[in-house]
Amino acid sequence: MRQTNTFKKSLWVFHLNTGSCNGCDIEIVATLTPRYDAERFGIKLVGTPRHADVLIATGPVTKEMADRAKRVYEQMPEPKYVMCVGSCGSTGGVFYDSYNTLGGIDKIIPVDVYVPGCPPRPEAIIHAFVKLWEKMDKKAEKSRPVKKRKQANKNKTVNKDKTVKRSKIVNKRSTILTKRITEQK
Amino acid sequence: MLSEIMMIPMIAALMLLLAIIVGLFFLGLDRKIAARFQSRIGPPIVQPFRDLVKLLAKETIVPDNAIGWLFNLAPVIALASALLLILYLPFLGVAPILSGYGDLILVLYLLMLPALAIAIGGFASGNNYATVGAQRKLIMMLSYEFPLAVLVMAVVWKTSSMFPDLQGFTFSTFMQHPVLTLVGPVGGFGVVLLIVTILIALCAELIKGPFDNPEADTELAGGVLVDYSGRNLALFLLSDAVKLCAFITLVIGLLLPCSLGDMFSSFMYTGWLAIAANVVFFFVKFTVIAILGLTFVRVAFARLKINQATKFFWLVSAGISLLGLLLISLDSMM
Repeated sequence: MRQTNTFKKSLWVFHLNTGSCNGCDIEIVATLTPRYDAERFGIKLVGTPRHADVLIATGPVTKEMADRAKRVYEQMPEPKYVMCVGSCGSTGGVFYDSYNTLGGIDKIIPVDVYVPGCPPRPEAIIHAFVKLWEKMDKKAEKSRPVKKRKQANKNKTVNKDKTVKRSKIVNKRSTILTKRITEQK
Repeated sequence: MLSEIMMIPMIAALMLLLAIIVGLFFLGLDRKIAARFQSRIGPPIVQPFRDLVKLLAKETIVPDNAIGWLFNLAPVIALASALLLILYLPFLGVAPILSGYGDLILVLYLLMLPALAIAIGGFASGNNYATVGAQRKLIMMLSYEFPLAVLVMAVVWKTSSMFPDLQGFTFSTFMQHPVLTLVGPVGGFGVVLLIVTILIALCAELIKGPFDNPEADTELAGGVLVDYSGRNLALFLLSDAVKLCAFITLVIGLLLPCSLGDMFSSFMYTGWLAIAANVVFFFVKFTVIAILGLTFVRVAFARLKINQATKFFWLVSAGISLLGLLLISLDSMM
């Protein structure tokens, strides 16, 4: 996927509050406004999940909000990512044993990056975007055709013979082990 | 012979490609300069290109309660009509390619088409926010068409009363005899008023700045475009870029068609050099209008409510354009 470099530099975010105290939301606003100016990296706040690439979710997910948060996630077009901002969103925070919260966004939708803090600073949120970019790179690397990946690995000058020998030895050991186990049974 | 026949479509295709690139570039410039106004660093100028590539790579969703074919057709119509518009306008300061096949009246109708396509797309997406946005877009269109029509009438009337044997409604006539050179100081003030009118309509046409009610991100969650994603949204972004090009070209073609080429030709520079000088001068005008008429207005003024915007167009904008018309007619009486 060669598009990732372009994709990375044009992330449109949709902000979802799942019952947060607004502290994290204010920090997200601070990230997007002139002082920290996330638009430098092409990060833009959009008003609808249909336009969004990244869902920034805050809050410990109240039971009322769970279905709606799921729905917002499902409304986003692929490829999509979820960033969870704040302690509440990551683990439930101070509401971890509350009767009407689920305790974390990853209880309902898959989360790609966590930003701990109560609330996290704007620097931390921008750092989370960097982490997200790294994750995208890894994902792109995985989705590359095997042939190309092998060629790329060749260029990294791996000692081929050693790895082969080693794998042979490992194979031998494993066969011996399985034999023993079956014998014991 | 064959090459001559092939020549015009090829030039047209090149021009359209250039219009798209220039439009996207100026969208980026707009964002960058707006950021500098707010003492931010802002996105790089190539940002709209990146957004476009990204949107093309995204999934395209058609909601269940949308009218599928209309929902998918609307962005295509928006882009196609905007591109067609470019062919009827003196883009790059040269005579329009389809100049023999239609005139200013057609251009006025074509101007309506992208806006109409956006509204149709909004209605077809079956979302409440989109419906409200589409209604706003239609109301806005009804409001800014009148000052625009007055303005076109003023320019055409002035030109055709001075040169009754030339075709009144064509851009080549305006380019031969720019309206500013035909009027005295009073009429000149009138022309300036007309320029103000068309710059106000510019923001409304492009859904920017104080007149972005149909898309209002903060209250309507994206408005007419709320359910659009992926390829369809990319097409709307493209049509936005081409529309920017087209409308600013219309401003230049109607009211500021003065070219450097004639001046150069009097200094014995002719041919390619004169054309190059024309193009450069065109882009100078283009940049000034884009920054003053779009970016500056967008940053300086907050969004009006839809009833305020309508009132503004029917009272203030229409008043200014009628005053301009009056001044021009006074000028020719004197």
